[in-house]
Amino acid sequence: MANSAVHPDQPLTTADGVPLKTALSRALRRDKMKSLALVAPLFIFLGLTFLVPIGDMLWRGVEDPIVSTYLPKTVEQLKQWDATSGELPDESTYEALVEDVKAGAPEKLITRVGKRLNYELPGMNSLFRKSQRRIPKFDEGPYKEAVIKVDKKWGQLETWQVIKTFSPNLTAGYFWAAIDLQVTPAGDLQLQDEKSRIYLKLFWRTLYLSGLITLMTLILGYPVAYLLATLPLKTSNLLLMLVLLPFWTSLLVRTTSWIAMLQREGVLNDIMVALNIIENENRLAMIHNATGTVVAMTHILLPFMILPLYSVMKTIPKSYMRAAVSLGAHPFSAFFKVYAPNTIPGIGAGGILVFILAIGYYITPALVGGTSGTFISNFIAYHVSVSLNWGLAAALGIILLGLVLVLYLLYDRIVGVDNMKLG
Amino acid sequence: MKKSILKHGILSVSALVLAGSFVTAQAQELVVVSWGGAYSKSQQLAYHEPFMAENPGITIINDDSASEGVAKLRAQAEVGNVTWSLLDAIAADTITMCDEGLVEEVDIDEILNPAPDGTPASVDMGEFLTSDCHIPNIVYSTTWGYRTDMVPTPPTQISDVFDMDSFPGKRGMEKKPINNLEWALISDGVSPDDVYDVLDTPEGVAQAFAKLDTIKAETVWWTRGAQPPQMLADGEVVMSSAYNGRLFSAIEEEGQPIGMLWDWQVFDIDGWVIPKGAPHREQALALLRYASDTQRLADQAKYISYGPVRKSSAALVSTHATLGIEMAPHMPTDPANSKTTLLFNIEWWADNQDDLNEQFNSWLAQ
Repeated sequence: MANSAVHPDQPLTTADGVPLKTALSRALRRDKMKSLALVAPLFIFLGLTFLVPIGDMLWRGVEDPIVSTYLPKTVEQLKQWDATSGELPDESTYEALVEDVKAGAPEKLITRVGKRLNYELPGMNSLFRKSQRRIPKFDEGPYKEAVIKVDKKWGQLETWQVIKTFSPNLTAGYFWAAIDLQVTPAGDLQLQDEKSRIYLKLFWRTLYLSGLITLMTLILGYPVAYLLATLPLKTSNLLLMLVLLPFWTSLLVRTTSWIAMLQREGVLNDIMVALNIIENENRLAMIHNATGTVVAMTHILLPFMILPLYSVMKTIPKSYMRAAVSLGAHPFSAFFKVYAPNTIPGIGAGGILVFILAIGYYITPALVGGTSGTFISNFIAYHVSVSLNWGLAAALGIILLGLVLVLYLLYDRIVGVDNMKLG
Repeated sequence: MKKSILKHGILSVSALVLAGSFVTAQAQELVVVSWGGAYSKSQQLAYHEPFMAENPGITIINDDSASEGVAKLRAQAEVGNVTWSLLDAIAADTITMCDEGLVEEVDIDEILNPAPDGTPASVDMGEFLTSDCHIPNIVYSTTWGYRTDMVPTPPTQISDVFDMDSFPGKRGMEKKPINNLEWALISDGVSPDDVYDVLDTPEGVAQAFAKLDTIKAETVWWTRGAQPPQMLADGEVVMSSAYNGRLFSAIEEEGQPIGMLWDWQVFDIDGWVIPKGAPHREQALALLRYASDTQRLADQAKYISYGPVRKSSAALVSTHATLGIEMAPHMPTDPANSKTTLLFNIEWWADNQDDLNEQFNSWLAQ
């Protein structure tokens, strides 16, 4: 750029007459291709194992093909029906429903519709299971009355409204559910009833507890990292081993040993009772609640705070502190004004590492968290493996991912990512 | 020299790997999913081991994830990769799986042997056949155990569970609405005959949750059958719901200071289902035929106090395999234990399970 600005009308050329700029960029391009080829395996690997699954998850959070796949004729008929009219659909819709159920019943596919709609309206599951058993026995119409006889829910507006609402192939319903909202038949959003409003609370708890855990690791890890960086090599190596040893121990072992330590009849309670600090009847509940989660996770994530801090502190010359003290600063003010600001990149790196790891943790909260110490990830796991509501799990996961990204951007704004130092 | 050792090593290792893959290709591995702990042990001793001894080509791999059986099988079917040959499931879950086409419909008399006197299996099992897909095995009950040394007086009725004043301390309960809602209502004064009518209304469900609210803060939730005996043994809870056979093992085999509260125990039926698309179906059916015959079901009762579903097995139930004690007084069906029993409404739970699971989990997270 700078070259071309100097002599814009007289371009430099190489010996064979090719403009220097072109030759240079050609040579550079060749180099670029080479290095690109070298990183290509990694990029392909990342794409296949990271971007594609995330994209797939994103997609699952919005796709909703079940109703239109298994009730195609009913969905077609419902297009003409006004959900807010206050009247039931006409006979032809009921006839379409009977045809759809008859088509899907031998393969038992109709229950899938029930399972899907049950996430939105309780009772749909049993309605469709019952219908799958009974409706295929119908010979001929009129069907409307016969279908309503199978279950009175077929004569209720909300059943048809929910089918119509969730008949498009794409839905935002999972996302609304993930932030405790629901769509009314008229298309408005409203808060879910109080009993099922749990996700906002869980998101908040996840953020709050993760923040607390990050703070705890910082308070506990900072002095350790300081010692590691300042002690003579022989001692500090031993200390480093003590930091790394639990890091290499299985996560499950560490978590379950906290259960042995903290439970009612556990080591800590026994010691406190023996020392008469607490009465035998008033043993502390330190596990299967939020306390258990914070204690166990602080321990597990501690190395992720200590190691970045250590690597940053290691690079701060000892002469800084000596200079500050020799110039008359009190050791405390020398520490806080000279040493501590130099460790900020380490605090930032450790903090963001611990916080992001904590926010997505789920084994430890599941084992020691009881009900008050569970995270949003436990509910994601529940929807993935138990309720099989993969759409809602995907929506919750995407929101969590979004939260992490927003926090990362915020961090970049306030501290600056360039300031972060991992090692 | 060094090189040749290396070469030799590589050759022998690859020969081993080849041999290994050859062996695994030959042996038939049946993944059999059950409930783990004392129950899987009873199955292993009563029929898996004798069956493997008679059929050297078949290896039975025990998987303990039956408590998440429905969800996991749904997931396997969804991605089209069923890896389980047999699944142990309770009757209500079986109805759900049967309706969803996850498991095979079976003709009991065709796949099982008749009783020794020639009575067809379907007659021998009688009322315990609850679904076209279920091959029943045992009758078990979910009941309560308590630490004899940690309660002021032994609890005598189910409402004592909710009485925090007379019986202070932590409770253990299964992390499912099943049974807990019933017990909550009975303890709240609902007549046991009306429990399912009351639960059919939203107010009834709210009433049950309100009763559970009174002990929620003091409750530890378990998910696997092996947990409650452990929590009781550790003193982590003072009383806990548990499957009666697990409590039997803890009390009689391990000598733990645990007592049983049989009041309003809930009967349920457990048995096998064959997942659709199960690998090694033939071998699985052979195991099923073997494991469900009169003698084998009676054998199982030597190891755990669950009642066999075949009438013809009842006469063969005798004493515990190693302790030598009579098993009959430990069966949930024994007259002394079954003064008050609730017959688990299988149909009702099959219809309402998903809804109530959802509500239950929201309630837990509140």
